[in-house]
Amino acid sequence: MSPTIPAITPVALLGAAAPFAQSGLDLAQTDLAQWLPILIFLGIAVLLSAGFVFAPIVASRFTGAHRPGDEKLSEYECGFPAFEAPRRAFDVRFYLVAILFIIFDLEVAFLFPWAVTVFDLGWQAWGGMIVFLTVLTVGFLYEWKKGALEWE
Amino acid sequence: MIQTLAFYLFAAMVIASAALTILARNPVHSVMWLISSFFNAAGLMIIIGAEFIAMLLVIVYVGAVAVLFLFIVMMLNIDFAELRAGFMKNFPVGIAIALVLLAELVLGIGAYRAGALELGVPDGSAAPILGASNIENIGALMYGRYLFLFETAGLILLVAMIGAIVLTHREQRAPRGHQNIAKQIARQPEDAIVNTKPEVGKGVQL
Amino acid sequence: MTAFFQSLGMTYEWAWFTSTIAGILLIALPLMLAVAMIIYVDRKIWAAMALRKGPNVVGPFGLLQSFADGLKVFLQETIIPSAANKGLFLLAPIITFTVALLAWAVIPFNSGAVLADINVGLLYILAVSSLGVYGVVISGWASNSKYPFFSAMRAAAQMISYEVSIGFTLVCVVLWAGTFNMNGIVLAQQGHGLGFVNGFFFNPLLFPMWVVFLISALAETARAPFDLTEAESELVAGYQTEYSSMSFALFWLGEYANVLLMCTLNAVLFFGGWLPPVEWSLLYYVPGWLWLFIKIFFFFFVFSWIKATVPRFRYDQLMRLGWKIFLPLSLLFVVLISGWLMLTRYGV
Repeated sequence: MSPTIPAITPVALLGAAAPFAQSGLDLAQTDLAQWLPILIFLGIAVLLSAGFVFAPIVASRFTGAHRPGDEKLSEYECGFPAFEAPRRAFDVRFYLVAILFIIFDLEVAFLFPWAVTVFDLGWQAWGGMIVFLTVLTVGFLYEWKKGALEWE
Repeated sequence: MIQTLAFYLFAAMVIASAALTILARNPVHSVMWLISSFFNAAGLMIIIGAEFIAMLLVIVYVGAVAVLFLFIVMMLNIDFAELRAGFMKNFPVGIAIALVLLAELVLGIGAYRAGALELGVPDGSAAPILGASNIENIGALMYGRYLFLFETAGLILLVAMIGAIVLTHREQRAPRGHQNIAKQIARQPEDAIVNTKPEVGKGVQL
Repeated sequence: MTAFFQSLGMTYEWAWFTSTIAGILLIALPLMLAVAMIIYVDRKIWAAMALRKGPNVVGPFGLLQSFADGLKVFLQETIIPSAANKGLFLLAPIITFTVALLAWAVIPFNSGAVLADINVGLLYILAVSSLGVYGVVISGWASNSKYPFFSAMRAAAQMISYEVSIGFTLVCVVLWAGTFNMNGIVLAQQGHGLGFVNGFFFNPLLFPMWVVFLISALAETARAPFDLTEAESELVAGYQTEYSSMSFALFWLGEYANVLLMCTLNAVLFFGGWLPPVEWSLLYYVPGWLWLFIKIFFFFFVFSWIKATVPRFRYDQLMRLGWKIFLPLSLLFVVLISGWLMLTRYGV
């Protein structure tokens, strides 16, 4: 047995490590039998919605509703041919929103494991998260002051 | 058995999607295949029991990062035909990098097989600390033993945030009279409306 | 349910499989029925608030209106614009509807009555609902038309903006409940308020978070007053402009299924889910799913009410509310709630 890494945190003080020490890399904490229904559900949901999309396409061939025409298949515009290609460069603020969303999404992602463990880990973990949040709040204030959140 | 089947399903899908990400002609299709790849990787994570990582993969990569990719390929109007024209020029470099990576893989596996690499044996130090689910164990490690690394992650996010603003933010055009909601709400009918009864033929003094 | 199928002489595996399929159908089919009825209810409430009659021709009280509409769109021609990206154009409604169905897998309808009792149920819902943005963005882009494209960009930015504050409010709930398991969250609310009120909303620290969650839910599902994505005076019908037939209907079904899901989340996360409103043993004789459905319907009424009475936001107001008010507010409450719980649970 290689030596265990000495724990230097309040986790060791919990003494909870001992019962699990012999269990090795037991990752079977996750009940896979609970995930299988989701996989089956995914399959059924995809089949169902694909059926909803494709069945009318087939049905319309039989009912005679399927009558495409040049005008009907052209893109929607208020009664005249479109002036320009619809896809074009957009305001940079949309990208900025997406980037900021990634950062805040990560911030939330860091909060999740913290939310269920902080009461076992104690003030050190709580303070650590407050420091983390403060650092990000500095960034948030910066973007606020820079006007990155302004829309008009 | 189902687990094995699911593994091969997800693994095959990851590889196929990754290949199609590179091969798809339309960049939006590429991003879609990339998303499919992330999604199936999340499935693989669930199979090894890392359900928290799997959910994060979907929330962060599929729900946030890929949205940004999609924004970019949809809205930037890049001429991809032009980009692709440089493909043959860069082809040798690409092949060289691929060969280096392959050599590293072969070397690594060879060294491990020959016993030159000590990967360690499970000694329980990586075992569940707070019991129950792996989300709690990740929490216990990240906010316990690796607290300072976690703070570093915060600093990296700060740099990312400031960098994003520095790169994308342009000086504002003349502001168009900002809305003051409190002022709007505080406005009463008396402030805005005056009831007058002007005599016939006489105007109203404003 | 597995035991029931086993008693019919099946092996455990087949019994499990059959009961899972039955469970899935028990969720998916009533959900679609509920969506059809809830569209009718929405129109009725809306009409009543505008002093109109609403649908009242098809069937008694117009009850069959949604089914008539469904049959009509089913028999319509599916128009795929010639400039559209065919594959993605048809994929978008599939994604929207699949995602709208999938989130229901972890909703507890009663004690133990949940299809997939996973540890990370709440994260699963967050993950699945973060996929919803793809249906919108892809439909807008694949249509290759101006209005759907504008609408899709608006919708995407709107949905991701409010997802942040939804994330923070969920953290607040999890801090108090101590688990991500949906059933666990429901049980944590038992007797939460003064020992007899079941529900986190009664908590002065969580009540503001419920308000934030409710409003973010409206924005996330693009319901009025946040329905800028289909602001008909500017964007025709938004990202659905080019759609017809059942593909169009799937967006509607998905949208309303998402609205119902948000109503359910309000009920499950803040109003005690399948628990009766107050701890009183008599109330436990009413089955749990009925309590849940009553709560869902209540929240749907609130959604309808808001839709009928509140004027639409402007886009800058929407972004301001999400980023400048909800985000700092919910972040502050994460700190407040965790600090308070540290003091009470962990001690000094």
